[in-house]
Amino acid sequence: MTVTVYVPADSAANSVGAGEVAAAIAAEATKRSLDIRLVRNGSRGLLWLEPLVEVATPTGRVGYGPITEADVTALFDAEFLTGAENGFSVGIVEDIPWLADQQRITFARVGVIDPLDIKDYEAHGGLAGLRTALALTPPEVIEEVLASGLRGRGGAGFPAGIKWRAVMEAAGDQKYVCCNADEGDSGTFADRMLMEGDPFTLIEGMTIAGIAGGATKGLIYIRSEYPDAIATMRAALLIARDFGLLGDDVLGSGNAFDISVRVGAGSYVCGEETAMLESLEGNRGMVRAKPPIPALHGLFGAPTIVNNVLTLGTVPMILAQGAAAYQALGADRSRGTQVFQLAGNIARGGIVERAFGISLKELVETYGGGTRSGRPVWSVQVGGPLGAYFPASALDVAMDYEALLAAGGMLGHGGLVVFDDSVDMAQQARFAMEFCAKESCGKCTPCRVGSVRGAEVIDKIIDNVDRTENLELLNDLCDLMIDGSLCAMGGLTPMPVLSALRHFPEDFQR
Amino acid sequence: MAHLVTPWALAAGQELLEHLPADERLILPALQAVQQSFGYVPPEAVALIANSLNVSVADVHGVLTYYHELRTTPPAPITVAVCVAEACQANGSRELVAHLETSLAPLGGRSADGEIDLVEVFCLGNCALGPAALINDRLVGRVTQARMNSALADARLAP
Repeated sequence: MTVTVYVPADSAANSVGAGEVAAAIAAEATKRSLDIRLVRNGSRGLLWLEPLVEVATPTGRVGYGPITEADVTALFDAEFLTGAENGFSVGIVEDIPWLADQQRITFARVGVIDPLDIKDYEAHGGLAGLRTALALTPPEVIEEVLASGLRGRGGAGFPAGIKWRAVMEAAGDQKYVCCNADEGDSGTFADRMLMEGDPFTLIEGMTIAGIAGGATKGLIYIRSEYPDAIATMRAALLIARDFGLLGDDVLGSGNAFDISVRVGAGSYVCGEETAMLESLEGNRGMVRAKPPIPALHGLFGAPTIVNNVLTLGTVPMILAQGAAAYQALGADRSRGTQVFQLAGNIARGGIVERAFGISLKELVETYGGGTRSGRPVWSVQVGGPLGAYFPASALDVAMDYEALLAAGGMLGHGGLVVFDDSVDMAQQARFAMEFCAKESCGKCTPCRVGSVRGAEVIDKIIDNVDRTENLELLNDLCDLMIDGSLCAMGGLTPMPVLSALRHFPEDFQR
Repeated sequence: MAHLVTPWALAAGQELLEHLPADERLILPALQAVQQSFGYVPPEAVALIANSLNVSVADVHGVLTYYHELRTTPPAPITVAVCVAEACQANGSRELVAHLETSLAPLGGRSADGEIDLVEVFCLGNCALGPAALINDRLVGRVTQARMNSALADARLAP
C-alpha cells in the first residue's frame, strides 16, 4: 500500500533543511523498496518543529520533527511509515495543542494540502467561495464582505467591502485588482506562507474581488526577497488558467478575469499602496498624496481595488462559510481572525490564527513559550518596524485594532518580534530612524530629512551630549514626523522610537 | 544558481525589449529584464530602454537608482544577502554581520577573491528562524558560521 509522506516545501522549512530531508526520504524509500507518495506541502506554521515530516495514517496525520537529513535512516528504522511512536514523534499533528486551539480560516489549508494540486484544493473547500459569489450579484457579494466585517490585513485596517463598493460604483472601462504582496515588515511572513502554501485561495479571492468590482485584470506585486513565493504563484496561475479558474470565462460563468505577477526590486515603501501602484506602473516607488484614493484613481488612473494577500486570501472562506460565521468571531470592531506571526527570539515561533482579542501575553507565553535564548522576555515589538515596543509588564493588551491603538501601538500586519533582556532599546530606537532614512521614498521632508536627524539626535542622547535639550528635540521631531509625513513610513517611525523612550528610559542613559 | 553575467550586446538588448509582454513595456520591468539577462544594467542599456519606451534617459536613470536591487555594475557570482531587520536582530544578526564583515567581505562590498558580494536586506520572511540570509536564491535560517560556510560551499559548487 502506498503511504503518503508530507515534507513542507515552504521556504522557512527549506531554510532549515526540509529539501534535503525530502530528498533523503525519497532515496531511502527507494533503497528499501518501499512505496511512498511524497507530497511537498506548505508549512503548518509550527516553525520550531521544522522540518516537520508527516505520515498519513488511518487515525490522522502523524508528525515527526524536527528532522534532519542525518535522522532519516533512523526515522525509517523506527517505522515512521506506520505512524509508530518514536523519539521523533509529535503525535497526531492536528491534536498538538498549539495547533488544535487555533481558529484557522485564512490558513485552513496551509500545510494540509499540496499547494499546486487544484483538485486537492477543491477537495478541501476551495472554489466554494467563488461558486457562491458567481451565483450572487456584485452588490450582494460586496454586502457579504461588508457584513463579515473584514478589514484590510496589510496594516491600515480599512473595511474591504467599502473599497470594493467604491470601485464597483466608479466608472471606468478598465478596472484593476492589485494584491499587495510586498510584505516588508520584519516579523511578518504570513503573506509568504499563504502564497507558498495555498496559492489558489489568493487567486480565488482576487477573482471574487474582480468580479464584484467589475475588474478584469489582477496584478500581484510580490517582493523580490520571496523567490519561492514568486515561483509558486506563477506556477499556480498557469494551473488556474488551464483549469478555467482564470481566463475569459471564469468557471464557465461568462466573466473574464486574469492575473499576472509583478516582482519588486527591494524597496520597503513599495508596500505602501500608492507607492506600490507607482512601482506597478514601472516608476520609482514614490508615495502619492491621497485623495484621490486608489479605489477611484489607482493603477494608471483607473479604479483599483488594492488589498493585502491575507485580506484577499480570506474572502473565499467568508463567502463559502457565510459572513455571519466570520463576523461572529473577534472583539470590538475587529471582526474575524488575525493571522498572528510569532517571530524574533521566541521558543515556538510561527503562525497562530486566532480571533481578534487574544492577549499579547497568551501569544508570547502560551504559544511562544518565551524566548528561544531562555532569557527573560524584555520587549515585544508589535506590528512591524513601525510598531510600538511593549515592555514585558504590558503584555496584557488585547490584540485587536482598537485595544492596541488605545495602548499606544498598532496591529500592523499582525507580526510580533520578541527580544530578551540583552536588547539595547536605545539601539532599537536608533534603528527605526536609520531604517526610515534608508527606505524613505524621499517625497516628503519630514520623513526624508527627519529620519536622518532623528538618528543623529538619538546618537547624541546615547552619548550624553546636551541630553535634556536633545530629548526635547527628539520629541519635537517625532511630533513633526507624525503630523507632517505623507504616509505611514514617516508618520509611524516615531512609534517605535517614542515607545522605546517611554518604556525603557534607562537604555538611553548609559 | 550563481549570477550569470553576460557581456552587453546591443542586438540582444534590443531583442529583449522587443519581446517584453505588452503590459510590461514599463521602465521597471524593462530594467529587471535587462538585469536578469546580463546580470546588471550597463549604461548602454539605459539609453536603449529610454528609446524603446519613449521616455527620457532621466526617467530610466531615476528608476534605476531608486531600487536597491538594480545594479549598474556586474555582481560577484554569489550574493549573500543577510537580514538586518528587527526579528533577526533579536537573534543576533548584528553579531553575525560583524563576523561576516571580518571573515567574508565588508557590508555592501565584495570578498577579496571576488566571489562574494555581501549585502544587507530588510527581512526575508523567515522571522521565526533567524538570523536569516539569502545566498543567491537559497534561503538559510538559523544562520551560524558553520551553516553559512556549508551553504557557501554549496553555492560555489552550483553551476
